[in-house]
Amino acid sequence: MAEQEGNGEDGAVAEIEKKIIEAFEVFDHECNKTVDVREIGSIVRSLGCFPTEAELHELLAKVEEEEEPTGYIHLEKFLPVMTKVLLNRSYRPIPEDVLLHAFEALDENKCGYLTKDELVKHMTEEGEPFTEEEMEEMLSSALDPETNTVHYRDYISMMIVDEPEDLPQ
Amino acid sequence: MGSGSSVNPNYKYSLQKSENAFKAAVLIQRWYRRYVARLEMRRRCTWRIFQSIEYACEQDQIKLHNFFSYLMDHFTPSSSKERDFISRMFISGESFKEAELERYCDYESMEVPDSYTGPHLSFPLLPDHATALLEAFKQKQQLHARYVLNLLHETRKHLKQLPNISHVSTCYSEEVTVCGDLHGQLDDLFLIFYKNGLPSPSKSYVFNGDFVDRGKQSLEILIILFTFLLIYPKEVHLNRGNHEDHMVNLRYGFCVGLITMSVASLQNLTELPFFCSYRYGFAKEVMQKYKVHGKKILKMIQNVFCWLPLATLIDQKVLIIHGGVSDTTDLDMLEKIQRNKFISVLRGKKRKESNRNVEIQEVNGENAEADPAGNEALPSLPLQPRPAQAPSMANRLEFSRWVRQTVQEQIEWCRRLVDISESEDEEPTYSSMVSLTDLDAPCWTRQEEWKQILDILWSDPMPQEGCRENKVRGGGCYFGPDVTAKILEKYNLQFLIRSHECKQEGYEFCHNRKVLTIFSASNYYEIGSNRGAYVKLGPDLVPHFVQYQANKTAHTLTMTQRISRVEESAFRALREKLFAHTSALISAFKAYDKDNTGRITLSNWATAVESVLHLGLPWRMLRPQLVRTTEDGMLEYKSWLDDLAMEQRSQERIQSSLLEVIYRNRSNLETIFRIIDRDHSGLISFEEFHQTWKLFSSHMNIELTDDGINDLVRSIDFNKDGNIDFNEFLEAFRLVKQTQ
Repeated sequence: MAEQEGNGEDGAVAEIEKKIIEAFEVFDHECNKTVDVREIGSIVRSLGCFPTEAELHELLAKVEEEEEPTGYIHLEKFLPVMTKVLLNRSYRPIPEDVLLHAFEALDENKCGYLTKDELVKHMTEEGEPFTEEEMEEMLSSALDPETNTVHYRDYISMMIVDEPEDLPQ
Repeated sequence: MGSGSSVNPNYKYSLQKSENAFKAAVLIQRWYRRYVARLEMRRRCTWRIFQSIEYACEQDQIKLHNFFSYLMDHFTPSSSKERDFISRMFISGESFKEAELERYCDYESMEVPDSYTGPHLSFPLLPDHATALLEAFKQKQQLHARYVLNLLHETRKHLKQLPNISHVSTCYSEEVTVCGDLHGQLDDLFLIFYKNGLPSPSKSYVFNGDFVDRGKQSLEILIILFTFLLIYPKEVHLNRGNHEDHMVNLRYGFCVGLITMSVASLQNLTELPFFCSYRYGFAKEVMQKYKVHGKKILKMIQNVFCWLPLATLIDQKVLIIHGGVSDTTDLDMLEKIQRNKFISVLRGKKRKESNRNVEIQEVNGENAEADPAGNEALPSLPLQPRPAQAPSMANRLEFSRWVRQTVQEQIEWCRRLVDISESEDEEPTYSSMVSLTDLDAPCWTRQEEWKQILDILWSDPMPQEGCRENKVRGGGCYFGPDVTAKILEKYNLQFLIRSHECKQEGYEFCHNRKVLTIFSASNYYEIGSNRGAYVKLGPDLVPHFVQYQANKTAHTLTMTQRISRVEESAFRALREKLFAHTSALISAFKAYDKDNTGRITLSNWATAVESVLHLGLPWRMLRPQLVRTTEDGMLEYKSWLDDLAMEQRSQERIQSSLLEVIYRNRSNLETIFRIIDRDHSGLISFEEFHQTWKLFSSHMNIELTDDGINDLVRSIDFNKDGNIDFNEFLEAFRLVKQTQ
């Protein structure tokens, strides 16, 4: 049916819902409108949101089964919650300069780079700590093996380029 | 200690600082986790792209079927040349009786020159021979054709005495290692042997089919596996896979099996053009490596394949088959049927004699009844198309009728099997299919037996309950957890091990851990696409997995790089598919653009694309990689499609609608070319090319003048000797990434 997508509320909401369903289905292995609860983070984040772990847990509390957590999240519970998240533009993305400032805040000597140890310490002991795997993975692309340092400005530029712009309109 | 009411500023400062650091850490972590999640999504989307394109061959299947139907309806050969041409399409190659096979593939008269530096084999084989072979292959040496043929003869002798279902016991050799698809990837086999050890009296192996095709060293893998099979017959077990099938290897076929062949092998075909150098079908590999004796080797291998056992049973508890099961799988039947009769599961069955007798008599005067050796399907017709071959050269109509009847029967039968039947009446053709050589045998029909094998070689598990036809692959079925449960209960089994499907981690459980898929070809789609794995079972039958990835490059790449690389490959394939449907897409877009602005919303773009391609992909997720420039949320679709077109190599002289057709039908065209190219040389004459093209274009309703064909030819560098390398031709129509 060739309907013109309206610019009105309904059109926007419908489009958002379609996007959410698509993302959800990518992780729906059994094709039964459920995903493993551990994948919710990936789904939410790939829809353009940047929640902290704490915020993610809050969201999960809203979509999990009330009586007994089954380990699975149903689309029908997820959809309204996620739609609201996107409509409200919650968990906004982090602009490049803010990210840069964050790295600079960790760079005590203001030398433009962090040593491996410094970065590891901050990432695994502070904030919402990385797992060993996460740390290793970040180091694999961030660390300059010759100097054992992370030149964060370059690192950020490299990472940002990789990301095609795909935020919901 | 004098401190005022205010906090020490130093303390406050450092508190602030650590608070800042804390916040900064949270922010960075938050950002990074989002990046990783996005990568994960990209990885899964990429996988979905590969799989949906790989398996979505239904359209091709039907198209090829239509093409041949069309040929039968419309094509009346108007010259002897055309008759030869068409008869080559429809007449099978030779099918050998045993004695003939021995004679044809004789090796004893072959001399091994002194200049040969490769390994020498003598029989019976010893472990030293195996190590010599492994070493030789590592050095990229080639085994002399004489030894290859000798090995194949011995292998066949050995396999003939094996039952259809091999039995393995863990109390005999403690641990059994099961490997899945290898697909000619020798490096993976080396890696498995390196990590797990070579086969030996204390190390049992089961190789679960699909040793060949796609990878470039299928022959080496066969040689190694057969060698170990002969040295350690009690410890090494091979199961037949769907690729251990002549039809699939050759990717072309004969009239009899043409439609089912095309269905299944097109699945094979659609995998390749997009993802790897398409040239390496197993048959081609053999012909390239053994220019003089290649055909003999292929013939022997064809025969060896049909003697491969169909399944393996460990401790009577774990069933290992290549594909899967169906709701009609009957292990008792499987044990009893004569497996060697099914040279190719994709070839049709013998036609009803009465329909053919007249023509056969005319054709070559022989009685084309069942030959005692059990070579199934076609009666033996002479190889070379000679005037005497096709019925009544003078009578065009009769010829057409003969072709039509022959192909029609097969199409009918194949249609019935894949349930797209058009005919109302059940032909009694195959009802009396009891083997003529074995009247005491249980009277299952050939068709029933055939289905048993097809099911275990081609089926895939599905999450939903039930059992339905595997229309995507064109053979076997999709079986649900209930089917699995029934089989396990019926035969008192614990679980099934199968292969047949590529899995990202090299293995995957499903059906409540009752079905294990094991896949041993790492980097199957592209470097970094997936790991390979093998599984070890001890007497407790608890599976232990070992994963690997046979490419040093893959290890040094970061996760991002690996994913990007594989992603690039997938998107290239996807863009090609989009291009191939340009006209349909334009119509679909126009339906959303009533005011003819040339623009549509991105949402409509997604819906329209899915309605044309039917790939079931998450288009909104994929959009950023496919659509680069938009203006306030709207897409200028014409220029987007133009950009897609720009990506292919310079084909300006060819009309765009023609290009589209070529792209869309490349796999079918390839099949047709291969049918014509009987000596597997990869070359067809210019005239044959011309004829093929004319036939195809009239079927596809394209206006193509002779000039048009000439342009087509000239657009590619053809050999001056009047032959066309059709691989080059097809290669020329592959989308190449636009160099920025």
